[in-house]
Amino acid sequence: MKVRDQGEHNQGRGELREPDGTRRRDRETGPWPASDGDPAQPTDQRAPAGRLRLAAARLAASRGALLGLIVLVLLFLLAFLGPYLTPWHYATPDYTALRQPPSVQHWFGTNGLGQDVFAQTVRGLQKSLVIGLLVAVLSTGLASLVGACAGYFGGWTDRLLTFLVDLMLIFPAFLVIAVISPRLRGSGWIAFVLLLAVFNWMITARVIRSMTISLREREFVVAARFMGVGPFRIIWRHILPNVSSFLIIDATITVGGAVMSEAALSYFGFGVRPPDVSLGTLLAAGAGDAPVFPWLFYFAAGLLVLFVLAVNLVGDGLRDALDPTATAGRRRPRKTVTTSRRSTR
Amino acid sequence: MTTPLLAVRNLTVDFGDHPAVRGVDLDLRRGETLGLVGESGSGKSVTALAVLGLLPAAARIGGSVRLDGEELVGLPARQLAEIRGRRIAMVFQDPLSAFTPVYRIGDQIAEAVRVHQNVGKAAARSRAADLLDLVGIPDPARALDAFPHEFSGGMRQRAMIAMAVANDPDILLADEPTTALDVTIQAQVLDVLRTAQRETGAALVLVSHDLGVIAGSADRVAVMYAGRIVETAPVDELFTAPRHAYTLGLIGAVPRLDGRGGPLVPIPGRPPAAGELHGPGCPFAERCPLVEDRCRTAEPQLAGDGDHLAACVRADHLAATRPAPAEVYPVPVVPAAEPRPREEREGVLTVTGLTRSFPRYRGTLLRRRIGETFAVDGVDLDIRRGETLGLVGESGSGKSTTLYEILKLAAPQGGRIELLGQDTAALDRAAAHRLRARVQIVFQDPAASLDPRMPVGDVIAEPLLAQRTPAAEARRRIPELLRQVGLDPAHADRYPHEFSGGQRQRISIARALAVRPDLLVLDEPVSALDVSVQAGVLNLLQQLKAELGLAYLFVSHDLSVVRHLADRVSVMYLGRTVETGTVERVFAAPRHPYTRALLAAVPLPDPAAERARPRLLLAGDPPSPAERHLGCPFRSRCPVHTALAPEQRTRCATELPPATPAAPGVDHTAACHFPDGA
Repeated sequence: MKVRDQGEHNQGRGELREPDGTRRRDRETGPWPASDGDPAQPTDQRAPAGRLRLAAARLAASRGALLGLIVLVLLFLLAFLGPYLTPWHYATPDYTALRQPPSVQHWFGTNGLGQDVFAQTVRGLQKSLVIGLLVAVLSTGLASLVGACAGYFGGWTDRLLTFLVDLMLIFPAFLVIAVISPRLRGSGWIAFVLLLAVFNWMITARVIRSMTISLREREFVVAARFMGVGPFRIIWRHILPNVSSFLIIDATITVGGAVMSEAALSYFGFGVRPPDVSLGTLLAAGAGDAPVFPWLFYFAAGLLVLFVLAVNLVGDGLRDALDPTATAGRRRPRKTVTTSRRSTR
Repeated sequence: MTTPLLAVRNLTVDFGDHPAVRGVDLDLRRGETLGLVGESGSGKSVTALAVLGLLPAAARIGGSVRLDGEELVGLPARQLAEIRGRRIAMVFQDPLSAFTPVYRIGDQIAEAVRVHQNVGKAAARSRAADLLDLVGIPDPARALDAFPHEFSGGMRQRAMIAMAVANDPDILLADEPTTALDVTIQAQVLDVLRTAQRETGAALVLVSHDLGVIAGSADRVAVMYAGRIVETAPVDELFTAPRHAYTLGLIGAVPRLDGRGGPLVPIPGRPPAAGELHGPGCPFAERCPLVEDRCRTAEPQLAGDGDHLAACVRADHLAATRPAPAEVYPVPVVPAAEPRPREEREGVLTVTGLTRSFPRYRGTLLRRRIGETFAVDGVDLDIRRGETLGLVGESGSGKSTTLYEILKLAAPQGGRIELLGQDTAALDRAAAHRLRARVQIVFQDPAASLDPRMPVGDVIAEPLLAQRTPAAEARRRIPELLRQVGLDPAHADRYPHEFSGGQRQRISIARALAVRPDLLVLDEPVSALDVSVQAGVLNLLQQLKAELGLAYLFVSHDLSVVRHLADRVSVMYLGRTVETGTVERVFAAPRHPYTRALLAAVPLPDPAAERARPRLLLAGDPPSPAERHLGCPFRSRCPVHTALAPEQRTRCATELPPATPAAPGVDHTAACHFPDGA
């Protein structure tokens, strides 16, 4: 309470200073036509930091986000350096060890074919990390672009884009992916990522559109329009930051969802195909044996949980960093605002 | 002295650890009107609600409230319900949310009657009709069957009053009853409130932030600050000889219709938010020019002789010397304005015959055009360099639409807009973009017009960046701009929500000034601010205008503020300009009957002048802009029109009055056929 008080009084003092401040201006710089282009004008004040730097500082101050980032980096290291740590290849069976529990030789044990589970897990982690993050970023990006444009421009742009969204929504995504993915086999996993992203953005886009429509009428957007700020700049500077809470939450949920839908598709033989593996296929294969041979399931499951958890931590930190009214990540103690964070979701 | 009807002793209300009311003592005698004045967060509404026990469950109430000796605090809900509506009735600020939208007005009033009186349905209904008649609703029998949304704001507030007096209560609590209403409607409602009080003999507690309303209606006044009463006195004494520095400051901060212009007296700082804690000592000490060391150690108690009590250690000093507000508070020096005569100055904005209508549609699938709303229907404006034009009108008169049409910088639907010598219809995109730098806008609500996700430094730099100023140059200008509007340049890294309302409005002004405009459009820039803060912003505007040679288009519904700030004034009614001229001429000798009625409706913060003022009540509400009126649009409410001979009336009914000057060469026009009466 004491700390809060100080913040309040600081504000009060800003206004108290007014008569004094005006006098100082007259003395030092004079009214502005005089100071116009005056090179001798004292730059006693450091230039204020921009929004990005402020948000970055707040992000760095958030312990959860840092922890999440560290975990993510460690996961990437494990996924891409892991294969070099073990002599086993993920596809090559070791016929001397079938369904062996974890040991010094096979760190995570082996499966029914004698394949090394550690090698498989790190290989699967590679796939899943990339697929999860890329799908989330691509689909949320596409959703915000389409949604914000539809909402901001209105009229025919809106009608056309909404029609497109509705059209995409009624496509049976699973079928379409199933039909297309065999043809894309040659282009590898990136085509698969694109497919997953393309069928995952529509509902988000509709929500963004309606949020944009209400934001478009807000006075700060009208003010920006009257200042001559271009429409895409307004979307970038005003609309998207104000829907960022929703975007970030949506993206973090998509990460987990993408890994799981990749697993579902792979289970039916699309997407990642044997002998290649992903966390999803490992989980699908190991789920049935989990009570008897837990190492087939729990290592992959644990890494997936850790991955989603880390992404959520980073997302939470990012959301708080972008939302100045959030309590977390604050550099200065100040007024407690309890409602606004909830309402922006 | 008789025992008071309502005695409040040491009333405290707190929400969690936020005290909202900290020990209020009030006495209300039978039949008197008590004005409760304070700024936002002072606890005046909470006090009124606490008396009725209408606070949310999270509130803790302490102290005592006695009605005729009966203790109300801690009374069980059942017994309290017996008293509410029957002995103490409430009139709320927003009459739209105070009525249930799905029931008819008549049923709701009849319900209020039947809850407390054992009467039949028919009797309750006829009583409801009588009540509606009492509050001056035309055709009460039909109004009974109307739904709340079919009533205008003023009619709803009348119906609310009718409901409140349904059971002849002993006490009427009116919480900001006119704040949401236009000034002519406010005058009507205050009149109704007085009538209702006279008919029922009830005591009235009038809660308001408007000193003018209080001065005109109250017998006694209690001034609240930071959850306490800081001064209480009979109304005349309070206004002529205030004994608390805060009261004195408030009186000085209000712009007055009969004022002379010049700087107002701002109270430095800002009022504390509701429930904000402060250290020991007087809560006003932070802002008080008379502060002494002892003010900071202990909070002074209400003290004084007779009826006049004040909680200030300097009360005796103030009572003895009776200083003017400007002698106590530091008043900034506002430099003189543009010295050149008006004719020699170049025009900044010329608008002639501007029209704008919106089509109205029905149906969602098959949209049919069913008519047009004529929002702006013939507006003329003329602003020269270094001059302030006040654009005045009630809500729905088309002020905001006019602004938006001008700021669109495109060809208007009808008429002509010439901005800085360029016809907006002839602008190409690049020219329009360049012109944007020369006209900027400041919105009414500073909380809504600043992006909550942007630090104020970025907010202020935005118009510069929009004009393709290099980012480094833009950043360099931020501290200078913040200083210019009286803010600390070091606060550029903070976000808008960390500032108070007045400071946020200063940020808005700084943003508008960033590109060095020639014309600043101010859309009700101070109506969302508290009086003590508003004065500071108005002074800043005056000072900037003089220093920078700006021209202002100042839109306001508050005539006192316009009187204070503007050089010329333009009055709008139903989308049309009805009167223009210099402020001195229009306010001293208004020619259009609508302007006369508007001016007569503004309450003066001076009880003696307020009582002596002739009352000229305007009947009814403005007609709908959805239909075009043949002849003069004001004639349905016009007092001059009703006094005319029948053959003269046909002229009003058939001929649209053109704007005619009072005399050749005089800057004062009115669109009325009979500006001097019949």
